[in-house]
Amino acid sequence: MTSTTQTERQTHSHAEALHGDRPAVATRRAEAHGQQHPLKLYFTVWILLFVLSAGSYAVDYFNFHGYLRWTLIITFMLLKAGAIVAVFMHMAWERLALVYAILLPPLAVLVFTAIMAMEGNYTNFSRFLYFASGS
Amino acid sequence: MTAETTEHHPPGRPSGLVGVMADWGSDQRSFKTASWRKTMMWIFLVSDTFIFSCFLISYMTVRMSTTVEWPHPSEIFALDIGGKKIPLILIAIMTFDLITSSGTMALAVNYAYAKKRKPAAILMVLTAIIGAAFVGMQAFEWSKLIHEGVRPWSNPFGAAQFGSSFFMITGFHGFHVSMGVIALLVIARNVWRGDYDTGRRTRYSHRTGDYEIVEVMGLYWHFVDLVWVFIFAFFYLW
Repeated sequence: MTSTTQTERQTHSHAEALHGDRPAVATRRAEAHGQQHPLKLYFTVWILLFVLSAGSYAVDYFNFHGYLRWTLIITFMLLKAGAIVAVFMHMAWERLALVYAILLPPLAVLVFTAIMAMEGNYTNFSRFLYFASGS
Repeated sequence: MTAETTEHHPPGRPSGLVGVMADWGSDQRSFKTASWRKTMMWIFLVSDTFIFSCFLISYMTVRMSTTVEWPHPSEIFALDIGGKKIPLILIAIMTFDLITSSGTMALAVNYAYAKKRKPAAILMVLTAIIGAAFVGMQAFEWSKLIHEGVRPWSNPFGAAQFGSSFFMITGFHGFHVSMGVIALLVIARNVWRGDYDTGRRTRYSHRTGDYEIVEVMGLYWHFVDLVWVFIFAFFYLW
């Protein structure tokens, strides 16, 4: 078992030595260089965030109600969140292994939200039924 | 654009979904290009996401289940400016304030990686000042509401659960912003002194650092802004 691992390791290092671009070195170079993107991109996203925020404030200012209000609020919210995560937090340039590990688990929150929405509805219903004076 | 893309593709590794499986099944570290501190910051942010999700979900639950009318945030957070009552204006200003700070932080990260440490440090201090202004406005908002008689257990506007949700959610968020301001100032000081140029041991990391710490700090700061996006939508606008 141990010998196999050693052989594998040797083969591995041999392969690395043979290849001009060794993964470790390449990674270190990428890290040293870091996340640098054209300033124009940052300013575009920045302005976009201002416009979207103004949009969601306008929803309240002009007193939209009902489904129109909720749709607009959620749309502006998701667009803002997406812009921040993708560009400002550099998620767009990370490897997919990290992107999925970070962005998929929070989807479980949607399930929790659905469960608690049912629970809240039920509590509301029983309060109306048994404690009409309310609390 | 292509230059960055290739740099974040280590040579000899597949991309796309095959890349995800190859990275996770490699029997080594799964995150091939992200350093551990960046990965750990992301994992911390995921756990923080769950905390804030629990707060917002409990807020949703109490708001749905109460039989008393929910207070109108639009009116409660209105301010009199020039004798005219403008709805929700304080919260709008706070939102723009936080977005501004996110922009300055993104620029700071860019300058830090370009090894222009003076502009990077100045932008970080600017971010901290704008963040402190946010906390200041929140303190103003809290004292205004407390003065009007809003308590965690009751308020004169409607459902009692409004107060507890408000203080818990905005309080926890304000705490995050305050911690971010402190961390920003500490790291800005290190950047200004050139600690990350010379590889000097820094007070904040116990180890010799590089400019990636500015990006990791930025992740936290953008997350604080991100949480506010959701609080703004669900608590103030809904």
